[in-house]
Amino acid sequence: MGGKYSPTFRKSCYCKTYGNGIIPPMWSIYLNVAVQGVLTGLVYGLMALGLSVIFGVVRVVNFAHGEFAVAAMYGAYVLFAVFRLDPLWALLPLAAVFFFIGYGLQAALINPFVGRPEHEQFILLVGVGIIIVNVLLISFGPDARPVNLSYGFDSYEVGPLLIDKPRVFAAAAAIAVAAALFWFFGRTRTGAAIRACADNLVGAAVVGLNVKRLYALTFGLGLACVGAAGALLVTIADATPSLGPVYTLIAFIIVIIGGMGSMAGALVGGVLIGVSEALAGFLFAPSMKSMFSFALLIAVLVLRPQGLMGKRP
Amino acid sequence: MIDLWRCVPARGRIVIALALAVLLALPLAADRYVLSVLTLIFYFAYVGQAWNLMMGYAGQLSLGHALYVGVGGYVAALMWLRLGIGPWLGVFAAVAVASAFGAVIGWLGFRFGIAGVYFALLTIAFAEFTRIGFDHLELTGGAAGLFLPFEEKRMGEWWNLRGGQLLFYYLALALASGAVLLVALMARSRLGYQWRAVREDEVAARALGIDAFAVKMAAVIISSAMTAVGGVFYAFYYNNLFPSQVFEISRSIELILAPIVGGLGTVFGPVIGAFVLTPLGEALIAATSRLGINAPGVKAVFYGLILIVIISVMPNGVWPRLAALFGLKGRPP
Amino acid sequence: MTALLAAANLSKRFAGLVAVDQVSFAVAASEIFAVIGPNGAGKTTLFAMIAGALAPDDGTVTFAGARIDGLTPDAVCRRGIARTFQIVRPFPALSVEDNVVIGALLRRADMRSARAHARAVLEMLDLADKRGAIASSLTLPDRKRLEVARALATDPKLLLLDEVMAGLRPTETDRMVAILKRLNRDTGMTILLIEHVMRAVMALASRVLVLHHGATIAQGAPEAVVREPAVIASYLGVEATS
Repeated sequence: MGGKYSPTFRKSCYCKTYGNGIIPPMWSIYLNVAVQGVLTGLVYGLMALGLSVIFGVVRVVNFAHGEFAVAAMYGAYVLFAVFRLDPLWALLPLAAVFFFIGYGLQAALINPFVGRPEHEQFILLVGVGIIIVNVLLISFGPDARPVNLSYGFDSYEVGPLLIDKPRVFAAAAAIAVAAALFWFFGRTRTGAAIRACADNLVGAAVVGLNVKRLYALTFGLGLACVGAAGALLVTIADATPSLGPVYTLIAFIIVIIGGMGSMAGALVGGVLIGVSEALAGFLFAPSMKSMFSFALLIAVLVLRPQGLMGKRP
Repeated sequence: MIDLWRCVPARGRIVIALALAVLLALPLAADRYVLSVLTLIFYFAYVGQAWNLMMGYAGQLSLGHALYVGVGGYVAALMWLRLGIGPWLGVFAAVAVASAFGAVIGWLGFRFGIAGVYFALLTIAFAEFTRIGFDHLELTGGAAGLFLPFEEKRMGEWWNLRGGQLLFYYLALALASGAVLLVALMARSRLGYQWRAVREDEVAARALGIDAFAVKMAAVIISSAMTAVGGVFYAFYYNNLFPSQVFEISRSIELILAPIVGGLGTVFGPVIGAFVLTPLGEALIAATSRLGINAPGVKAVFYGLILIVIISVMPNGVWPRLAALFGLKGRPP
Repeated sequence: MTALLAAANLSKRFAGLVAVDQVSFAVAASEIFAVIGPNGAGKTTLFAMIAGALAPDDGTVTFAGARIDGLTPDAVCRRGIARTFQIVRPFPALSVEDNVVIGALLRRADMRSARAHARAVLEMLDLADKRGAIASSLTLPDRKRLEVARALATDPKLLLLDEVMAGLRPTETDRMVAILKRLNRDTGMTILLIEHVMRAVMALASRVLVLHHGATIAQGAPEAVVREPAVIASYLGVEATS
């Protein structure tokens, strides 16, 4: 916000009003809420990126997506509680672990379902999701498990904006992981092979690509994203088993709005949902924030099913 | 209907007659707990059958069916609480409102070509939207829910569904039996065949003159209407309604378990599924509570495992295998 | 002649590619009319426009005196045009008989009469002995006949057959030709067919339309059309007439 405004005016723009009792102008409050939304949305976007990769390539409807994210949240929670490992670092081992889980799950359980009717895939993954959530419930109980970071309540002041440090770090990490994924798909041979499978399955098999292995690899990558996203999510929300289905739906909403099969769309969609939920929660009531997302989903399904950046289904 | 009976093999007729006789006479011998479990079985068989019509026969995947249970229950409950109108009339309003919801969802989906996964997500979105909406709706009691008060002097007014376990046992049995009969009749009807054609291959069905849109709308409306009646039962049996419980997605998933495990697109599938799943679930809860473990969690894990096993090994459900094994398959008309 | 089906100046473009270019022809009642041409000539697109699967960009389709272009596929079928698909589309989980019953249900609300009609049609198509079999278990020639039976059960005035001989061995081709000939002779059924198998075209068709790059290059009696230089050059090759 540069020199146009006097320091006193700038100070009065801060959201934190306790202390001097000055209420900041509405637009700066909205801006703060929106920025929070963007940062949260980037983390959601990373989670949705995993779904976009899985659904876009393997064409499996991963209805346990959010449940895996919550499992990763608990993973980060445990690593923090036991080893004092900051979730930002826990991201790496968690992503690795979830990669192997994804690889194994696809190869062992999900692969036979790839050609089968959609509702059967749905049911399979609903079953997996139910098991994950309830194992977490049995192990940790229904109460929220927070990760109390030392810098958990710190914030950056940027002009009129007051931005939570954890959110900034999480968003930055999300962008970094997404960038790595983009690099992989854009610049490596395996990435190109996977994209070939998504484009033309028969053609890919005909030219000798090992489709089964590539599918397992892709599912692994998708879940690695989820593992990373879960580690980041726990810095901005408490780990609770009941968040599983919530995040699954958020992931699907983002992927559909952003556009199935578009990786950039997942990030854009994530930001959009993050902002709209933040604003809706602020304008109406926090418990109503999802209503807007669902209404948006219905509108997109009816009017523009290919989403913002996807191909027509 | 005589035609229908003729299509059931001799063995099957005996089994059906025996089963009905036993179930009708059971309250003489069984205790309240057993009757309550059976009532639950009949309830799940009933709503499962309603969902089976839409998915098993017409091939339209709805994962938001709890919406119709909730809407049906709330409409009937509100009419009772606010207007003093009993469920024997309220059920018509409940059915009308729920079918309207179904018609809207169906129209949006079928008119705009939303199918498969996307259609399922559409149904989920509507259910969730309604859940959150009801949480904030003054008219329906908001998140605090609706309660149907216990009135001693009204007990025995069976037309108002005020009564004990026995009333609900027979009502649920009647609903489940009625649903089986309805599905059996519909499956052999012209509409039933058109449903199956659309399910198998919509393009080919249209090339044979079938108005796929009308046929699919019929499926959604009939299914949602049937489910709403289940909602009315639910409201007056449990006497309380909370949006977060009634509309939530786990309820939608719960009611599709029986038809899937039993057998989609079959007449007896949902019934068999309910008879298999519900007692097992209850037994599991009883066993784990005694051990002090989180009972609902274990039961859910168990259901999750069953889902995975059945869909992997017997995707057509348990009933077709059982029927073949015991020579109970129906003859075509 | 008063045509049962008349196409006038039908055209269809797909993002710059002209798939069908101002095609006109007429099919008389009880006639067997064939459309032939190399792959990509626009035959299936033409069919799709008649059957209601595609709306024409230009031109009209008239059937029994009324315009049908732009109608939905199910409306076209209700008017009396039944079609088969190039890649057969049986209802896989249903029995052969039930497949045909669904066709019969178009004009019959009563299940009993629909089933009786279905059985009669199966008889006509030599599939009566397989009526209890599940459609997905049938061999290709049987599936092709099932496809025809199902379309026939809708009591059409015009039958659209899309490469119904494709993939059949010569003996099976002859069998299908015999069935279609019998059908045309006994019931006066009008048939419009797309075909590559010239043996069948010569045996069945009273008139032929040849398409190339979406446009008509020849039209008339099969013996004449087959000798036209343009047809030989673009499609048949010199050996066909030797």
